[in-house]
Amino acid sequence: MSSPQGRRVLVVLPAWNEAESLPAVLAEIRTHLPGVSVLVVNDGSSDGTSAVARGSDVEVLDLPFNLGVGGAMRAGFRYALAEGFDAVVQVDADGQHDPRDVPLLVEGLDRSDVVIGARFAERGEYEVRGPRRWAMKVLAGVLSRLARTRLTDTTSGFRAAGPRAIRLFAVHYPAEYLGDTIESLVIAVRSGLTVEQVGVEMRARQAGRPSQRPFKAAIYLLRACLALGISLTRRRQILVPTEVTA
Amino acid sequence: MNGHLFALACAVIALLFMFELLRRRRLREKYAVLWMVVAVVVLVSVVFPQLLEQVSSLVGITVPINLVFFSGLLVLLVVCVQLSAEISTLEHESQTLAEESALLRNRVERLERATGAAPGPPPVADPDVSGRSTG
Repeated sequence: MSSPQGRRVLVVLPAWNEAESLPAVLAEIRTHLPGVSVLVVNDGSSDGTSAVARGSDVEVLDLPFNLGVGGAMRAGFRYALAEGFDAVVQVDADGQHDPRDVPLLVEGLDRSDVVIGARFAERGEYEVRGPRRWAMKVLAGVLSRLARTRLTDTTSGFRAAGPRAIRLFAVHYPAEYLGDTIESLVIAVRSGLTVEQVGVEMRARQAGRPSQRPFKAAIYLLRACLALGISLTRRRQILVPTEVTA
Repeated sequence: MNGHLFALACAVIALLFMFELLRRRRLREKYAVLWMVVAVVVLVSVVFPQLLEQVSSLVGITVPINLVFFSGLLVLLVVCVQLSAEISTLEHESQTLAEESALLRNRVERLERATGAAPGPPPVADPDVSGRSTG
C-alpha cells in the first residue's frame, strides 16, 4: 500500500495453527487494504497454516519450529528491513484486529516510531476483568511514565513500527513470553524511539478461545511484572550508527 | 575397605574419566574443567585429611564433613546455572538460525517464481517440537 505519505507498508501476521481463521483475515485485508504487502509468518504450525497462506497469494515465512510471537515478529522485521519497507503493521491472524484500523496506525507513524492500537482508548467494547485487568493497569502506568505519553493497553499485539523501529526490532526484538509486547516497548523507549497509542476496536477471535482463566491470569500477572522488572534493569540498547542510517 | 582408599579410588577414576572424555572430544573443555577441579580437590583432601579440618575451623564449621556437603551442593548449583546459561545461548542461536532459514526459503521461492523454475518441496514443520505459547 502506498499511503498518502508514500510509505511502503507491510502487514505481518504471525500465525501459529491459525489455518481456520487465516483465510477470512486475509480476505478482509485484501478488501480493506488493496495493494498492501502481506507477510504471513508461519510459526511452526502443524495444521496447514502454511498451505493456506501459500494458497492466498501472499508472501510466507515458514519457521521450522515454534518460536513464539516475538521470534515470528523479529523474522518479519528482518524481512521488512531487507525488502526496504518503511512501516510494519503487526496484525493477529485470529481476526481480533480490524484491518480497517491499519491506516489509522500508519498515520500515527508520522508522529511516532511505534504506534499501538489500544483496546481501551476512546472506543471499542473489549472488556477484561480481575487480575489480568490490574496487571494491564500497572503495566500501563509504568510504561506510560517511561514513554512520557498516555498508554493504556501495553499488551496489545496490534501495532505499527516506523523505519527506525524496524531497524531496531530487526536486531533486538525479544522472543520471550510477553517480551514481544512489554519488553519491546521498553527497548524502543530506551533506544530513544517515541511511542504513542491510538484507539481501535477489538473483536472476538474468529476461532480458538481466549485464555482468561483466573489461575492463568494470575500467572500472567506475575510473568508480566517479572518481564517488566527485568527489562527495566537492563542496560539500554543503543542503536549503533549503521542501524540508524543503513 | 578403608574409607580413605575408597575416596582416593573414586577421585582418581573421576579424573581419568574426565580426561578420557576430553581426549575423545566427547566433552568440551569448558564443561570438563570444573569436574576436574572437583576431582583434584577430593584427591587433595583424601591425601591430606588434616587440610579439610583446618579449612573447616577457618570458616567456622565445627564438623568438617559439613564443609564437604556444603561445597558439594555449591558445585552442583554452579554447574546447573552454567548449563542453564548455555541452553539459553543455544536457544538464542537456534532462533536466529530458524529465522534465517525461513528468510532464505522465502528468497529462494521468490527467485524460483521470478525465473519460472520448478518449485522445491513444501516446508516440513518439525512435528516433534511441541509449541511454546504464541500468546
